[in-house]
Amino acid sequence: MTPVEDYERRIAALEARLRAFEGRLSPPRGARAPVADLGERYGLLVAWALLILFLGWFRPDQMFAWNSYAAMFGSTAMIVVLTLGLIIPLTTGDFDLSVASTMALASMLIAFLNVRQGVDIGPAILIALATGAAIGAVNAFFVLWFGIHSLIVTLGTGYFINGVILWISKSAPIAGVSMDLVRPVILTRFLGIPMAFWYAVILTAVIWYLFQFTALGRRLLFVGRGREVARLSGVNVVRVRAGALIASGTIAALAGVLYTGMRGAADPSSALAFLLPAFAAAFLGSTTIYPGRFNAPGAFVAVFFLSTGIMGLNFLGMPSFVQNLFYGGGLVVAVAISQLLRKRRPMD
Amino acid sequence: MTDPAPALEITGLSKRFGSALALDGVALTVRRGEVHGLLGSNGSGKSTLIKVLAGFHAPEPGASVRLYGRAVPLPVPGAEVREMGLAFVHQHLGLIPSLSVTENLRLGALATRDRWHIAWRAEHARAAAVFARYGLDLDPRAEVGRLSPVQQALLAIVRAVEDLRAHSGEPGVLVLDEPTPFLPRAGVDQLFALIRACTAEGASVIFVSHDVDEVREITDRATILRDGRLIGTVVTKATGHDAFVERIVGRSLEGHTGAARAVPPGDPAASVEGLAGAGVGPVSLTLAKGEILGLTGLIGSGYDAVPALIYGARPAQAGRLRLGGRSIRLDTIDPPAALAAGIVYLPADRLGAAGVGSLPVGENVGLPVLARLHRAFGLFEADIHAHAAQLGERLGVRPNVPALPLSALSGGNAQKALIAKWLQVEPRLMLLDEPTQGVDVGARADIWAALDRAAQGGAAILIGSTDYEQLAHLCHRVLVLARGRVVAELTGARLTKDAIAEACFRSTTLAA
Repeated sequence: MTPVEDYERRIAALEARLRAFEGRLSPPRGARAPVADLGERYGLLVAWALLILFLGWFRPDQMFAWNSYAAMFGSTAMIVVLTLGLIIPLTTGDFDLSVASTMALASMLIAFLNVRQGVDIGPAILIALATGAAIGAVNAFFVLWFGIHSLIVTLGTGYFINGVILWISKSAPIAGVSMDLVRPVILTRFLGIPMAFWYAVILTAVIWYLFQFTALGRRLLFVGRGREVARLSGVNVVRVRAGALIASGTIAALAGVLYTGMRGAADPSSALAFLLPAFAAAFLGSTTIYPGRFNAPGAFVAVFFLSTGIMGLNFLGMPSFVQNLFYGGGLVVAVAISQLLRKRRPMD
Repeated sequence: MTDPAPALEITGLSKRFGSALALDGVALTVRRGEVHGLLGSNGSGKSTLIKVLAGFHAPEPGASVRLYGRAVPLPVPGAEVREMGLAFVHQHLGLIPSLSVTENLRLGALATRDRWHIAWRAEHARAAAVFARYGLDLDPRAEVGRLSPVQQALLAIVRAVEDLRAHSGEPGVLVLDEPTPFLPRAGVDQLFALIRACTAEGASVIFVSHDVDEVREITDRATILRDGRLIGTVVTKATGHDAFVERIVGRSLEGHTGAARAVPPGDPAASVEGLAGAGVGPVSLTLAKGEILGLTGLIGSGYDAVPALIYGARPAQAGRLRLGGRSIRLDTIDPPAALAAGIVYLPADRLGAAGVGSLPVGENVGLPVLARLHRAFGLFEADIHAHAAQLGERLGVRPNVPALPLSALSGGNAQKALIAKWLQVEPRLMLLDEPTQGVDVGARADIWAALDRAAQGGAAILIGSTDYEQLAHLCHRVLVLARGRVVAELTGARLTKDAIAEACFRSTTLAA
């Protein structure tokens, strides 16, 4: 054996050992300590429990009463639904700022058609849902065909819809919606909680299944994280993004249906105030359960976390502006936390 | 002769990356008013030298860089070197497309000095006067994004020269880093006219290029690097084309035989006819079943666009693909249609176009086969990850943990995972762009072995690359492109690293 061959053989042996060593060493890198991982996933649930205990310290009679929660769960259901609609385009990388307006329009359309025009409640609901889908389609057209940023398009369409609401309602509330809607939404209860809440639970499960256990869910995720990667992997990016915007419009309209059913009436402006809570819950929800991803169970928990806080502050006799502080602050804090999860890389 | 100090004088410049010497005691002298070529193939140390001058890399101790006789502190202070008389125009020109020509020209002055009133009329007039001095026809009020690529390059060069004059007392040394590959021939002539105008005003230009013919046309002298070492500085007029190529490539080329493999016999598996797209075409080529075909050329030759055009990743204008008895129009093909026909494409941009760094390896690998992994009740993460782990084992992905984000893997292991992503669909035609760029030696061997196995399994593989060693080792056949067309084919004994390099550097002449 010549010296060169000998050296080559020895180098090859060393390389093989190095690789084996690398193989043994590497797995722990990146594989996280299970405790930290659990903390991240279920931190918000723990925070929720602590919040209840903390507020209960001051108002035990109200904060520890099942009735308080039953009422709150029912009255917050449509925010859950609205948030679930919102996280679909957020996952594909588009913002939908028109969801609250779509919800308000759907709510008003049902009251208008049912009370003023004498349309049966069933067809009125279908028209409202179809309108939501149509708004999503219009958003998708401007975002995808013209290539405008979704933030701009939906800001504009949302404001446009607000005008339409004032127009058809003549700027006044419409009351007296059919009991056929009010009954299955709020009057019927299961475990003491109005049905609206259970509809929200069902939708949460559906969206959770869709995101987590279907090929479509993976495609949504890839479109949002790497459009070019998704396109080159054969995903029809335009169709996925359009579908996400249409879904958010339709689900926002569904939130409007629940909202009308809960109150038996519609007014031109109150639903518009749900835009920020929905965004706050969507981003806060993305820090929990499946951290780093917009996800349905996270959004569900986040809505009730925020609503519990608002409810407690009300019990403490705080003035109503505290709501704004809580939701607005919640949104920024939630995004700040999710940025820490992303190691403060700039958002795109 | 009372010769003043040369414009730029470099001696003893070395740069070490790990155990490899990228530059080994290189010396370079640029005279005043001279156009000096800098030539070398990939890995010659050419771009390392430019990066040291620009202050991106610190050289090893012992080097000296002098500008007009003044010693430049090392490492080169990137921001201050302009004051000493050295400026760069890179291939990315550093212009802001949405601003006007004047705003771009005066960007440095406007951005760094506070002025509460900008007299635009006077600024435009001043810009027009500058262009007139260099004999350029540029409208100061035009938006830069609407200028042709040539005009943009000219503007960037004028800006660099003007900045040099304004900031240093010297005529200045301008480094043009590969300015021409994407310019049409007429544009190159304009660029050369401008270079001559600059040197007429006393400036010196370092012209970095792959293109031997252009270097021979514009430069007074040229320095050639190979494998980090100075091969020599020659007087351009006294040096023929072949003498240049020989110095760039190394040995004289006759009599070398490659260990290349014979093209597998059999029917053609895929044939492309008349493919044309931006800067490419018409290109026709045929791949046999089980063949690995390499595509190469200099920057701007279009070799790297061919795989993307066949897959529909970029729009093609014309062309047909015959694959497995079907004829597919390439001007209308899109990625879903290509996938359905059994074509896969792995782009070079690993975490921008090939995979998503923030998502787990398992998800990245599983994306094309989600339908296959689907059970009656849906898709389970555990299944996706088990599947990815199995593929990762076969390709030797380390660590083989599918739950890790793709960005946590080293370049080589991420690339193995992404190759596994496409091999699992058992493609008829596999298109790869620089499959082992930024990949360590061990992973490179693993990737080559995997591609070999895939070819033996019957896939036709098309690789676009400028890694000549890889092409010589891996391919049955290599096509060399120049100006968007195939100009040479290397097979059998002609398929060696040196022969490929030679064909590339000769290619501009072949295409003319």
